[in-house]
Amino acid sequence: MTFPDVKCEWDSHFNTQGPPCRGSAPLSKAPFSRALWWASEEGVDVTTLKDQTAVVGVGATPYYRRGQSVPQTELSMACTAILAALEDAGLTIQDLDGFAIYSSSCDPAEVGATLGVPEIRFAASLTSGGGGAAGSLGLAAAAITSGQAEVCVSLMTLQQATKRLGGSEVNGSMLFTVGGGGGSNPYGGSGILPKAAFTANSGMISPGHSFAMLAQRHMHLYGTKREHFAEVAITERANAIRRPTSLRTEPLTMDDYFNARMINDPFCLYDYTMESDGAVAVITTSAARAKDLRQPPVYIMGSANGGMGRWGSALFHYFQMPDEYFASSGHRPVAKRLYEMAGVGPADVDVALLYDHFSAMVLMQLEDYGFCGIGESGPFVADGNIRWPDGRIPVNTHGGNLSEAYIIGMTHIREAVEQLRGVAVNQVKDAQIALVTGGPAGLPVSGTLLRRA
Amino acid sequence: MATVTQGVWPSSINDPYADETTQPFWDAALAGKLVGYRCDHCGTFVLPPAPRCFSCQHDSFSWVDLPGTGTVYSFTIVRHPLAAALRDAVPYVSGVIELDGTQGAGARMLLNVVNCVPEDVRIGSRGKVVFDKVSDTLAVPRFGLD
Repeated sequence: MTFPDVKCEWDSHFNTQGPPCRGSAPLSKAPFSRALWWASEEGVDVTTLKDQTAVVGVGATPYYRRGQSVPQTELSMACTAILAALEDAGLTIQDLDGFAIYSSSCDPAEVGATLGVPEIRFAASLTSGGGGAAGSLGLAAAAITSGQAEVCVSLMTLQQATKRLGGSEVNGSMLFTVGGGGGSNPYGGSGILPKAAFTANSGMISPGHSFAMLAQRHMHLYGTKREHFAEVAITERANAIRRPTSLRTEPLTMDDYFNARMINDPFCLYDYTMESDGAVAVITTSAARAKDLRQPPVYIMGSANGGMGRWGSALFHYFQMPDEYFASSGHRPVAKRLYEMAGVGPADVDVALLYDHFSAMVLMQLEDYGFCGIGESGPFVADGNIRWPDGRIPVNTHGGNLSEAYIIGMTHIREAVEQLRGVAVNQVKDAQIALVTGGPAGLPVSGTLLRRA
Repeated sequence: MATVTQGVWPSSINDPYADETTQPFWDAALAGKLVGYRCDHCGTFVLPPAPRCFSCQHDSFSWVDLPGTGTVYSFTIVRHPLAAALRDAVPYVSGVIELDGTQGAGARMLLNVVNCVPEDVRIGSRGKVVFDKVSDTLAVPRFGLD
């Protein structure tokens, strides 16, 4: 690749207010100052989450196609995953004292009582939806480093038998009431607020419709093509085929992609994630305690959540983001804070587990996390840069939401941990640092950097 | 349910469920006119109406006439019907519309784009907001391409 002679510092890459930064040199080593931006006064004793906690256990149920986990329940699967994660860590329910979750994935009161947790000392969820997935590890680290809890679980449990997150019809009763659909549908809510009448008849009723708006604009601004979306889908499928946990394992070719039916332009069937059931739980504890446990610690180098205020709910019934970052993943400011906290840059990341409900949103995250310039993700993936094992930055080595399973981002954390323990099915050689993200979604979106011991 | 027409999203409501703030918009809609909610302090348009101006944080607004013309900012062609009742409506186009006379972001409208061949819609396509009266109290705004 060659780059035009454009001066573009990393700060401007992540400056969401600035003009789109074309031609930035990607993957420069450690571009960020290790100085913390909020520690402006000399002598201030600043501590961050960096390296103070570690992921020590991972547990999961099998992954199922939508509805196939019955007669289990979201509660029973949560319990199964938590007990498996504690077992993996060499801990028991007697050790668990914190719930650091996102998207209110479970009710800690109910789970705590069901499992007989001796004492709950911390129970909090990041707000909004899947955007908080990776950030739930930061919430756990915050609870632990501040002394509020010692062993925290982060969790997603999901069963789509009687509800469907995609706004799709389950029982024929939806749609013709505003915001109809399943219980946790982002368009949901009973009754009709006066504000809702303004958008109720737009015809936009699903996440796929929403993300298509961002994708369409990305194509318009930067010349991104469906072939680039296809590269993401095909790469992830190739990874999924080798994993026994994967739900989509039939080979996927460029011809298959272009012969697939269009759901809503520019998205075809393979640009969409699938609807899955299952639960994944992850245990985090202090770095000191982690050293004595069953598995090699996977340290939390940094974690950040949030985004630009006007990103807001971003999607669904919003779409009021400024031009400068409308066609983005919303992650740019999160990436900046994350790299600063961890003291590393994109070139230091060995494997990226990027939240992929829609193929196009992987492209925009590659830009927002600095793996390529803004607007350059299409050619970047077309050059094979995200493929395992030989790409410059292998992405979603587990097959991702697109092809392994959709457990709202927790499978990405599981894969990061397996990569950094050196036991992944599609192992990146000598992987030292992994990036995990949650979202694009309404705020907060989140990212976490993990490193091996 | 009235007859469903290809390309036209069948209204999911028969009333705007207006409150004191939003009623003027729907009154204007019934009269075939587009109005915007403008901050009295800094002139920023906010749609749908919100309690505060995101630009200056003031809370005083007025409804003012807009030209009613605008531009497709982004769009999708919906081909898969998510409910049986939509089978005859697809393919239809949903768009994010920037309205002339506003600053754009912050006052975009999400509208069913009509009077078009779906495949011919582009970012930048021009049109105007048209109102489709579905009941005595509700005129549904759509974006009709020129």
